[in-house]
Amino acid sequence: MGDEVILLDYWPSMFGMRTRVALEEKNIKFDYREQDLFNKSPILLEMNPVHKKIPVLIHNGKPVCESLIQVEYIDETWPGDNPFLPSDPYQRAQAKFWGDFIDKKVYGPTRLIWGAKGEEQEAGTKEFIEMLKMLESELGDKTYFGGETFGYVDIALIGFYCWFDVLEKCGNFSIEAECPKLIAWAKRCMKRESVAKSLPDSDKITKFVPELKKKIGIE
Amino acid sequence: MNQEEQVQVLGLWGSPFSKRVEMVLKLKGIPYEYIEEDVYVQKSPRLLKLNPIHKKVPVLVHQGKSIAESLVIVEYIEDTWTTSYPMLPHDPYERSMARFWAKYADDKVMLTLWKACWGPESEREKMVEEAYDGLKYLEEELGDKQFFGGETIGLVDIAADFIAYWFGIAQEASGVMIMTAERFPKLQRWSQNFVRNNIIKEVLPPKEKLMALFKAQFGNNASNEA
Repeated sequence: MGDEVILLDYWPSMFGMRTRVALEEKNIKFDYREQDLFNKSPILLEMNPVHKKIPVLIHNGKPVCESLIQVEYIDETWPGDNPFLPSDPYQRAQAKFWGDFIDKKVYGPTRLIWGAKGEEQEAGTKEFIEMLKMLESELGDKTYFGGETFGYVDIALIGFYCWFDVLEKCGNFSIEAECPKLIAWAKRCMKRESVAKSLPDSDKITKFVPELKKKIGIE
Repeated sequence: MNQEEQVQVLGLWGSPFSKRVEMVLKLKGIPYEYIEEDVYVQKSPRLLKLNPIHKKVPVLVHQGKSIAESLVIVEYIEDTWTTSYPMLPHDPYERSMARFWAKYADDKVMLTLWKACWGPESEREKMVEEAYDGLKYLEEELGDKQFFGGETIGLVDIAADFIAYWFGIAQEASGVMIMTAERFPKLQRWSQNFVRNNIIKEVLPPKEKLMALFKAQFGNNASNEA
């Protein structure tokens, strides 16, 4: 008997991309269902009544919400031979720490960079660069955040990469100039089929942001 | 026990985040050395070295390595000491649900409750509504279980510690009544079960001390009227 896996998602979401990458990494067939966040579907509201947000992973009818929780769920349910999280408790804790860091510290500033103007936007840009530098320092000279194998923190961060172009344009800065090792890491990740399949082209995101701003009523 | 094996907790006496770590260590019967860090006065060089990213407590030190962020620490303890008092179920789906509700209590509900008590007057009504909504989902999730974890305290109960203990005191100090027995009978019952637990009650900070702290830091709502 096969598993039924459905993903309720929104194509530009760097959170949704995490779950897409995780499923692809494990070679799990899933039914991708694009959601209109401005006109939320009954299934979205039913499966995530608390937050009404994407991504929602539905496995054999049961919903799992929150992208990093989904990534861990996928890892635990389909262990295989490429675990996202190491078995050593300390290494696991480090991975979760950085996943939490990305959620709490990296996402917020990006919103200010493309969504705000003037001082607010500048503050967002400054904060974003600072946070990326901390991540770059954590990466060091490793191939991936976990070492030699692609894992949890890589999955948590890589979705932001396709947003880099539009962020650079809006904030008038160069991420490569500030964090060359991080760009090199991102390019390595993009060579993976799971990532290439799951991330939209940067151009698409760059074209999309002005439309998004209109939709949510800014500018 | 040799030096490497020893567990240290850097914490703050009144912090629900800090107490989460102590609660889990005590429930699992793990001895530890507690070090008070008065972060509001001065962050010690030791703290800045052990948690350079966030510079906050709690921090757990074990085998010479430090771990920060209370819920990350709780899962580390769970992964390391596997034989006593499990905080999470075995089944991956049940685990994902526990993590979801722990995150919800921690990220969303706690902040809403705090703002409802002490946020700006202009936003009070909106915050109180959000607080009701947040608690409503937790009330439903708890249902008739003794704890969110079932018959024993689990990750969600620990993550919701603020709601079980600190919030009651915050309500008294601020004069804003939200989590009443009438509106949330199950959460009310749960909070009493939680704070009366033999191990938990030894860890909780004294009520009078917290009350004095809240009143001093935030004043009383009546006096904050613009």
